Amino acid sequence: MLGVGLMFISKLFVLQVYDPSYKLSAESNTRRKVTQFPSRGLVYDRNGKLLVSNQAVYDIMVVPRDIVPFDSIDFCQSLDIQIEDLRAMFVEMRKNIKSRKISSYKPSVFYKQLSAESYGRFQEKLYKFKGFFVQGRSVRKYEYPLAAHVLGYLGEVGQSRLDKDAYYSKGDYVGISGIELTYEKELRGRKGNKFVMVDVHGRDKGAFREGRYDTAAIAGNNLTLSLDIELQEYAEQLMQNKIGSIVAIEPSTGEILSFVSAPGYDPSVLVGRKRGEGFLNLASDSLKPLNNRALQGTYSPGSAFKLVNAAIALQSKSINEYTKFDCDGPLSSPIRCTHHHRTPIEAHGAIETSCNPFFYGAFRYTLEGGGRNTREGYKLWYDHVKSFGFGERLGIDLPYEIKGNVPHISLYDNIYGENHWRAITVRSLAIGQGELLVTPLQMANEASIFANRGHYFAPHLVKQIENRSLADNYTTQISTTIEPENLDEVIRGMGDVYDGEIGTARYYKNDSITMCGKTGTVENPFGDDHSVFIAFAPRENPKIAISVIVENAGYGSTWAAPIATLLMEKYIAGEIPKRHKYYEKKMLEGDFINGQ
Amino acid sequence: MASKQFKNIDWVTVLLYALLVGFGWISIYAANFNPENPVFFDTGKEYFKQLIWIGLSLFFIGVILITDSKFYVEFSYIFYGLTIFLLILVLLFGKEINGAKSWFEIGPIRFQPAELCKVATNLAVARALSRYGFSFKRFSDVLRAGALLLFPILLILLQNDTGSALVYGVFILVFYREGLTPYILVFGLISAVVVTLTLMVPNATIIGLILMGLLVLLYMRGLRKELLIPILITLVSFGIGYAVRYAMEADWDTEFLLIPGVLVASVYLVSTSFIKRSFRMIPTYMLILWSAIALTLTADYFFEEVLSHYQRTRINVLLGLEHDPLGAGYNVNQSKIAIGSGGIAGKGFLEGTQTKFDFVPEQSTDFIFCTVGEEWGFLGSTIVVILFVFLLLRLLYLAEKQHSSFSRVYGYGVAAIFFFHFAINIGMTIGLAPVIGIPLPFFSYGGSSLWGFTLLLFVFLKLDTNRAELIR
Repeated sequence: MLGVGLMFISKLFVLQVYDPSYKLSAESNTRRKVTQFPSRGLVYDRNGKLLVSNQAVYDIMVVPRDIVPFDSIDFCQSLDIQIEDLRAMFVEMRKNIKSRKISSYKPSVFYKQLSAESYGRFQEKLYKFKGFFVQGRSVRKYEYPLAAHVLGYLGEVGQSRLDKDAYYSKGDYVGISGIELTYEKELRGRKGNKFVMVDVHGRDKGAFREGRYDTAAIAGNNLTLSLDIELQEYAEQLMQNKIGSIVAIEPSTGEILSFVSAPGYDPSVLVGRKRGEGFLNLASDSLKPLNNRALQGTYSPGSAFKLVNAAIALQSKSINEYTKFDCDGPLSSPIRCTHHHRTPIEAHGAIETSCNPFFYGAFRYTLEGGGRNTREGYKLWYDHVKSFGFGERLGIDLPYEIKGNVPHISLYDNIYGENHWRAITVRSLAIGQGELLVTPLQMANEASIFANRGHYFAPHLVKQIENRSLADNYTTQISTTIEPENLDEVIRGMGDVYDGEIGTARYYKNDSITMCGKTGTVENPFGDDHSVFIAFAPRENPKIAISVIVENAGYGSTWAAPIATLLMEKYIAGEIPKRHKYYEKKMLEGDFINGQ
Repeated sequence: MASKQFKNIDWVTVLLYALLVGFGWISIYAANFNPENPVFFDTGKEYFKQLIWIGLSLFFIGVILITDSKFYVEFSYIFYGLTIFLLILVLLFGKEINGAKSWFEIGPIRFQPAELCKVATNLAVARALSRYGFSFKRFSDVLRAGALLLFPILLILLQNDTGSALVYGVFILVFYREGLTPYILVFGLISAVVVTLTLMVPNATIIGLILMGLLVLLYMRGLRKELLIPILITLVSFGIGYAVRYAMEADWDTEFLLIPGVLVASVYLVSTSFIKRSFRMIPTYMLILWSAIALTLTADYFFEEVLSHYQRTRINVLLGLEHDPLGAGYNVNQSKIAIGSGGIAGKGFLEGTQTKFDFVPEQSTDFIFCTVGEEWGFLGSTIVVILFVFLLLRLLYLAEKQHSSFSRVYGYGVAAIFFFHFAINIGMTIGLAPVIGIPLPFFSYGGSSLWGFTLLLFVFLKLDTNRAELIR
């Protein structure tokens, strides 16, 4: 008896004093951390209109052990699913129980993201389905079917992110693209923890130590975007059935007013039960609506780039406002001209009429005038171009921005050999073609630079972050190498594009707003020319700078120019003049996707 | 009169009883305490009911103490007969709870006659063994004593309450004290060891162990030439068999290799015994070796075919052959976690989480010791173990002092029964014994078991008040 007593005491010693593993098991047995999810920050437009909020969806949860046989037809009808689906769900559930992914004592998700109305129907009958209950969860709600490329979307956190950031745990939702990704840390808030005690079946038995160790969830910060949702809506309407993009910037701040990549999609498609299906449809669409063309589409700027070349030639004193070049129209060499106008012609007239021979001449003077050799001249030109933000990321607060390309001197040295190439060799650059590649965002920024007479602010989409100030790089003015006085001639030309007798956008002139613009018809080796237009308005104290590109639409003056004009009118005056209603109708009806 | 009854009573035992019952009730209270709804006067709660059962126990104690000791001697067989009758009745009219049909249900009260039967059987055994001229050397006496145990064992087995039936096996200790040959005890122990080993390790090892044990036994009895030769024959023939099997890469069971040797050795032993006209060695050799072989051969069969699935897995888990913390090992695993989480000083009264939140099954009955371990820690559980050991030693001490053999046998019976319950119950909660559903005396919730143990103890204490007399 003493022996048994001693045996017991020594075993008790091992269990209770010597071996710590039983204490650990006991803690994990009874204490459960329940994550408190914060509500994600809301998103507003620049005028305080709510763009993105949160909505409740309902997951049907199941405690497999508690299920009693039920009327499966009734179950299916209230969820609006087929009996086969239900059967598949049960097969899945049993498989998960077997592989111990889920417990038959603890709740796990049976059916994800029920909409509020299905929830209502199901809730009424819930009492018939023992073992099932409904748990609320929040997902994004989009108030407008617009600006999908700006807003981005959420998705379940991926493994790489899980490994890098300890904040996340499996099944969390994070921003995958758009501002949801860029401002993830602002929007997500902070998760809280609640420690509850649970019994053997995982049932809640109340707070652990009266909630002493609980932390409350902290809601995410709200964002105010620089977008004007009404302008955005109008822009997207104008771009319907077209491929291309629109970027509109407030020049004085760099705030983006409208940001369109067409074709777009309704951001609500990527929320809720149909997310998987919606994503698949978008990803397999041949027009690639998921691509953000305004950031990732690279185009030759075409004639819109002539403004930059003119500014550089003037800044480098290669030409002055009186310098004129002859134009022989279609017979001009080495680049022919497609416009009919007076000759010889000076800078502002050449901008008005988009005269190719003038810009070839000015480009040649830049590279080879003033006693410079071609390579020196090219370096000079290259530095000026780079100061406009071309060939670099502008640093917009959206992910995956593309740099574009300004050909470096080494490219031509490699192709032709050092000193074996001249301005005539790279003449395409004079008219914005050739190896030069820019994004629509960079073109809008170019318009903004001219509007500001030589400087810009890095374009950005977020105007205000709750509880935090905006990043410095969005409030710092960035100067180009061009001095304001050298831009008068260019601005005059841009004004004449609207106001001149033979300006390329003269049909769209607005009687009350003085506008400045430049058309571009971009040669496209893969198909019809792209229609391009950059502009700003009003001429003094500009409020909006814009770039429009419509792929395969032909002349800049036929599509891009009216669209840009309508948007500027809409933004500045709030309405479209009666005279322009005809163009508006034409633009809205224009269809380059389904074939007019 | 009454004061005289209480004067001779052994207050040490009474104090131990009071401590154990008190600690037991505290544990039941803690095991059922609901932190969200801490009501005390809830007649549905086990701790409240247990308080009533304790009150009734005090009443029974009073009745026992004022009853004349002779009554227990005279009425022992009648009492025994009555409880056997109750056991038959419960088989016919009883209520089945947890698979065992061992309860009477009268209104709100449930009663388990098997608990009462322990007292009655103990009285009857004491009566039988203390009869003038009783001797375990006489076969009819052995049979009579065995029969007294056999009836309750069979009836309780029929109720499907294996645990309670096993308790009666402990009377073999009492019999041993009263003159039963130790061989039966030793044989029983060796059988148990062999069966356990058979299940745990390959047969070859067991046979080696059996042979070694045999040699040790021989050594203890003085090494004899007569036995040495048969042993050598057995070993050599086993060695040859083993080598042949190895050479032929045959798939024979190891225990079969032993049989030829044992056969030859047996023939040799028997023939030499006849020649020398001395049969002394035959039983030792035959009994031990042949039965060992028989046991190894039948243990597997018994295990696979006779035991039910849950018993099999319980034994497997205990022996460490099966690791299944969520299945059959769940109870023991959770029980060990609960006890282990107590640490040195425990989590404190009512602070236990494992037991309260149902992680431990049967937390107020069979696994009540978990609450002690969790809330009072190593210190508390050691105190409980010491209290029990102290009680057992005290009982043995008192039993030895009895002049009347009836009282002595009865006292040994009480100690043996308490010992079995104590060893198996606590052993099971800390993973040293298989899970056999028997209560921990004075701790486990339940009127029947509390009354049973109280009766058992206080009848002895009553007898003890007359220890100087010969009760006839």
